[in-house]
Amino acid sequence: MSILDKKISELHQLLHTKELSVTDIVDATFDRIHQVDGKVKAFLTLNEEYSRIKAKQLDEKLVSGADRGLLFGMPIGIKDNIVTKGIRTTCASRILENFEPIYDATVVERLNQADTITIGKLNMDEFAMGSSNENSGFHPTHNPWDLSCVPGGSSGASAASVSAGEVLFSLGSDTGGSIRQPAAFCGVVGLKPTYGLVSRYGLVAFASSLDQIGPVTRNVEDNAYLLQAIAGNDPMDSTSAKVDIPDYLASFTGDVKGLKIAVPKEYLGEGVEPGVKERVMEALKVLEGLGATWEEVSLPHSRYALATYYLLSSSEASANLSRFDGVRYGLRSDNSENLIEMYKQSRSEGFGEEVKRRIMLGTFALSSGYYDAYYKKAQKVRTLIKEDFTNIFEKYDVIIGPTTPSASFKCGSMTKDPLTMYMNDILTIPVNLAGVPAISVPCGFSDGLPIGLQIIGKHFDESTIYRVAHAFEQATDHHTEKPKL
Amino acid sequence: MSRISKDQVKHVAHLARLAVTEEEAEMLTEQLDKIIGFAEELNELDTDNVEPTTHVLELKNILRKDEVKNSVSVDEAMKNAPSERDGQFKVPNILE
Repeated sequence: MSILDKKISELHQLLHTKELSVTDIVDATFDRIHQVDGKVKAFLTLNEEYSRIKAKQLDEKLVSGADRGLLFGMPIGIKDNIVTKGIRTTCASRILENFEPIYDATVVERLNQADTITIGKLNMDEFAMGSSNENSGFHPTHNPWDLSCVPGGSSGASAASVSAGEVLFSLGSDTGGSIRQPAAFCGVVGLKPTYGLVSRYGLVAFASSLDQIGPVTRNVEDNAYLLQAIAGNDPMDSTSAKVDIPDYLASFTGDVKGLKIAVPKEYLGEGVEPGVKERVMEALKVLEGLGATWEEVSLPHSRYALATYYLLSSSEASANLSRFDGVRYGLRSDNSENLIEMYKQSRSEGFGEEVKRRIMLGTFALSSGYYDAYYKKAQKVRTLIKEDFTNIFEKYDVIIGPTTPSASFKCGSMTKDPLTMYMNDILTIPVNLAGVPAISVPCGFSDGLPIGLQIIGKHFDESTIYRVAHAFEQATDHHTEKPKL
Repeated sequence: MSRISKDQVKHVAHLARLAVTEEEAEMLTEQLDKIIGFAEELNELDTDNVEPTTHVLELKNILRKDEVKNSVSVDEAMKNAPSERDGQFKVPNILE
């Protein structure tokens, strides 16, 4: 077993007994990256020189006996829409190809305090718009389980890098499923926290009322470690919630006796592939065997979630992305005579096709004469979708279903029609609209490709999600399966 | 009947400060029409008495003390500027 297959707690034990140094861990990480990233193509920027220096510094700390952070010596990959001071941050867009942030996102600052090592920046769909990583302005990332398939998106490389054993864990962001869908496709654990639990300061905004940063890991325990390090109120993010952060590691009791599970019939209905349904039914049996009970319920408005999401997220994106104007940072076109032309040319040369399409949709939905019919209507339907969840959580502890309607698909097979691609997120989007937390954990395979089980919880009840996910993980061995690369 | 015309697409592109070619305008007209058509399924729902959700958490205005704190230096602010002169962002002609 490679040292990179170990859990954080196991690595910490080995560091403690001096059987291992941080330098060993960082060396093994870069060896693995140089071995497989030519195939997976997860990284946009590597931070190798700095990582090796930081490893030495941490090793000195280890010898001196100084206080160690929660994630001491652990190598991490960071999605390229989270700003890192002095490390190129592109959002996988040509418009930010040479952008070097002058500050760290709050999550990055907290990771630094926890003594992690930022190994590099991870590929994504441009500005987090996409479900396959094929919208990257630089190159697509591949699924480690089958290199001809997509890793999902938009945090595709956050999931692929963890699945391929290139990094121990990573940060992604989730606006409509962008952490959970790739986690499902790549057979890893991905959490979208409650809206407001993790600071968005320094996350390049896509849809501000939906975006959340979250952890991607190989097992549930590591996921809780990472969330523990990044969660909590931040004065720099005015939408950050003021809540007490529990000890997430204390939630691993293994006990789900009496747990009440709701299974929405819409999540196992039309459009969900048989192989996916079978794995979810098997997972429910496992949880039943552990003493939980489940009942079928309905989320009646979930079928309207996709349309609601595309109107709201594109509207918010059209406003957020107006900051890219070629003046203060980013690409500036040389082909213009006056200011307005400069804006237009810079944006048109810098943004990819999908990003332009969503800016157009959002600008249209917000434009005079259409605002009430599209944008406001969608905000009202969002209320109905949110109420669906509130009603179910009055009687049940968690909601369980598949993360995605199918397993991963072949690169290039869905790029023609934007609407077909959007259908990938049909089971993850309602969660973002309601602002509740949800995790995707591996629950087996269909035709050799991983399937994800989605566990949705109440607002700020990540602990229950972790308890259920951990109990399921302990009772199964899906998370120990690794792709052959 | 189409829901959005090519002229409308060109107008929206101008509002969004995007330059589109004739070809792009045509493709976008078709694609946006399809997406908007899909979005119109929301009209099946009666939402007359439903309050819009702008935000999922019940947040009130967040206030802070008006204190002087460090801000970004001119050098830092200019670090990523595509064009600069004497510590200021340089842009093409605004007035003809």
